[in-house]
Amino acid sequence: MAGELDFGFLSDYWPAIAWGVVWTFVMTVASLIPGAAFGVLCALARVYGSPTIARIAAVYVEVIRNTPSLIQAFWLFFGLASLGLRLSPFMAAVLALSINFAAYVGEIIRAGLEATPHGEIEAADCLGLSPLQRITAIELPQAIERVFPALVGQSILMMLSTSIMYQISAEELTGVAWYIQSFTFRSFEIYMIVAALYIGMTGLMRAALSSVGLLVFTRYRRLRTPL
Amino acid sequence: MTDPIVKFEDVHKRFGTLEVLKGISLSVEEGKVVALLGRSGSGKSTALRCVNGLEKIASGSLTVCGRELGKMNVDLRRLRQDVGIVFQSYNLFPHLTVAQNVMLAPIRVRKLSKSDAGKLAEHVLDRVGLSDKLSCYPEQLSGGQQQRVAIARSLAMQPRVLLLDEVTSALDPELTGEVLRVIESLARERMTMILVTHEMGFARKVADQIVFMHQGRVWETGDRSLLANPQTQELTQFVESDL
Amino acid sequence: MLNLTTQQSLFILQGAGWTILLSLIGFVGGSLLGLPLALGLTAKSMATRLATGFGINVVQGIPLPILMFAVYFGAGLAGFDPPTLAAAALAMTAYSAAFLAEIWKGCIRAVPRLQWEAADCLALTSLDTLRLVILPQAVRIATPPTIGFFVQIVKNTSYAVVLAFMELTYSARIVNNNSNEPFVVFTIAGALYFLICFPLSKLSRRLERSFGKTREAAK
Ligand SMILES: Nc1ncnc2c1ncn2[C@@H]1O[C@H](COP(=O)(O)OP(=O)(O)O)[C@@H](O)[C@H]1O
Ligand SMILES: [Mg+2]
Repeated sequence: MAGELDFGFLSDYWPAIAWGVVWTFVMTVASLIPGAAFGVLCALARVYGSPTIARIAAVYVEVIRNTPSLIQAFWLFFGLASLGLRLSPFMAAVLALSINFAAYVGEIIRAGLEATPHGEIEAADCLGLSPLQRITAIELPQAIERVFPALVGQSILMMLSTSIMYQISAEELTGVAWYIQSFTFRSFEIYMIVAALYIGMTGLMRAALSSVGLLVFTRYRRLRTPL
Repeated sequence: MTDPIVKFEDVHKRFGTLEVLKGISLSVEEGKVVALLGRSGSGKSTALRCVNGLEKIASGSLTVCGRELGKMNVDLRRLRQDVGIVFQSYNLFPHLTVAQNVMLAPIRVRKLSKSDAGKLAEHVLDRVGLSDKLSCYPEQLSGGQQQRVAIARSLAMQPRVLLLDEVTSALDPELTGEVLRVIESLARERMTMILVTHEMGFARKVADQIVFMHQGRVWETGDRSLLANPQTQELTQFVESDL
Repeated sequence: MLNLTTQQSLFILQGAGWTILLSLIGFVGGSLLGLPLALGLTAKSMATRLATGFGINVVQGIPLPILMFAVYFGAGLAGFDPPTLAAAALAMTAYSAAFLAEIWKGCIRAVPRLQWEAADCLALTSLDTLRLVILPQAVRIATPPTIGFFVQIVKNTSYAVVLAFMELTYSARIVNNNSNEPFVVFTIAGALYFLICFPLSKLSRRLERSFGKTREAAK
């Protein structure tokens, strides 16, 4: 149906859209935090773990990174339910997003850890720091600072991939859009609006995470030089 | 006379099939400064690194601050609280300020309170002449200043012996003086030190004992007059090559 | 396979075929569009760089499912009724182009400045410099990350389910609706994706390592 653009439906549906934005945000944050934590563990396991632990972490990373997050979500939501473990759509979505995010974060941070100059490790050992103290005080903070831009990028990709989770009927912005177009038939218009909202959210997220970086990396805040 | 702080007895060390130390014997008394000289590759760094357990000896015996390092269960972390080491490349932690670099180990390892560690940091940084740089980051300092921070960081652990491995070799000539002056003042304060150095004039000035290493052996040893009248051809050549 | 009929298994395999086809179209289209964009990102003119960068940021700020919807319904609004494959392919092309352009920008930048200058001295035109000196080297640097990104393309074709395009994920959903064996069906679908993606990931890493080594040897 060739036709003209009509945004009249907005007057009725803007609260639903706002609701979608909120849930996209909630889903993103809910996946970001455990995903990042688990990603750090993955990186540590791969760099410092015993051969077995490093191997397990490597297999995890490979399996996750070489399968689509949507299949993982289906598997978690429909597959596990058929085995008797019933997750709510939101839970399944957050779980799928976090395990995905963790696998990528793990690889990014691993690269950061492996860039630690050997001399610093030796210096820390020679000061009598335990390996755990050395990792938490010297290696990890610098590794995270080094790869922070990549982490921001990965977080944004994760936020964007919340959009597919309406496929397991988790509530978020794309699901709302789909629902609105099924009532109004103004499909193109609603997706244009939603696209613009996602672009805005991407910008906001980049700004917010960069501010977090400035807050946390005091040296960078003062000197503005890369590590 | 008390026991020496560091005592090598017929110490051997191999990297794979390469024998790097071929039976080193050497004692360092409390409050003394020993200078290790020798050509590149003669095993000076390896000998030094054995002292704080960075390298494990193959045979012989090495006693440091009353611990015998050949033995299986030496607590390396305890050993390293007694033995400070400063490297050619300063290896400061770039994400920490000068004060944080110095305070880290006292807080984490010696379990000092933050305020005690802060006072300690001020004190040791004052000793190396950098009390105005507490809140700088390493990259804001010159090489000589960074090396002095590295020395202060070691001193903050109040080690019984300090190992210095060519600490001025990476520095521009005009910056070596400030670091050497710090070491000299430590020597005056009777800090026990083993220092590997290329600065022969400096060795002559501060060392109580000079050890010339050659091909993994202690080739010649003596007091500071050693360099003035070498007994072997190798040391003669070494001294002449410096001129 | 397990509790599935032969027909159901074949259906899933057929979906894998469509996934590969859609991935290839997206990759080829994305490359054709991405190369000029990469050149735009490295252009001498600041206006060109900013305009290209802006366009790329816009595409990268939109989730792929929305991109697919927008293409599909946009075409509808313009009076076309595109097959879902065409709409999905177009969206994949736009998406791939945006990311490939950024990856390749980095690779072009990574060709040492000296080479540009040396070429300048030989009085090559800037098009010849690009064609004869910079691009061949950039291609070498770009191969591993490009293969790595192809893996992302393959995985992201799964978003074409939103248009009900019969690729692997959608086929798996349909088979699941008929068989009600979600665990088996989605495990198989995941395994098929893995079989396509993992060798490529490995290849990408291997090339990266070997290039890294030759670069170090060159120093
Ligand atoms: N980790 C190591 N692995 C293998 N060989 C080493 C290692 N460290 C030092 N060597 C070798 O041991 C010898 C002595 O090195 P070193 O103690 O650094 O000498 P110096 O400090 O006197 O220059 C050299 O031949 C060096 O190549
Ligand atoms: Mg040495």
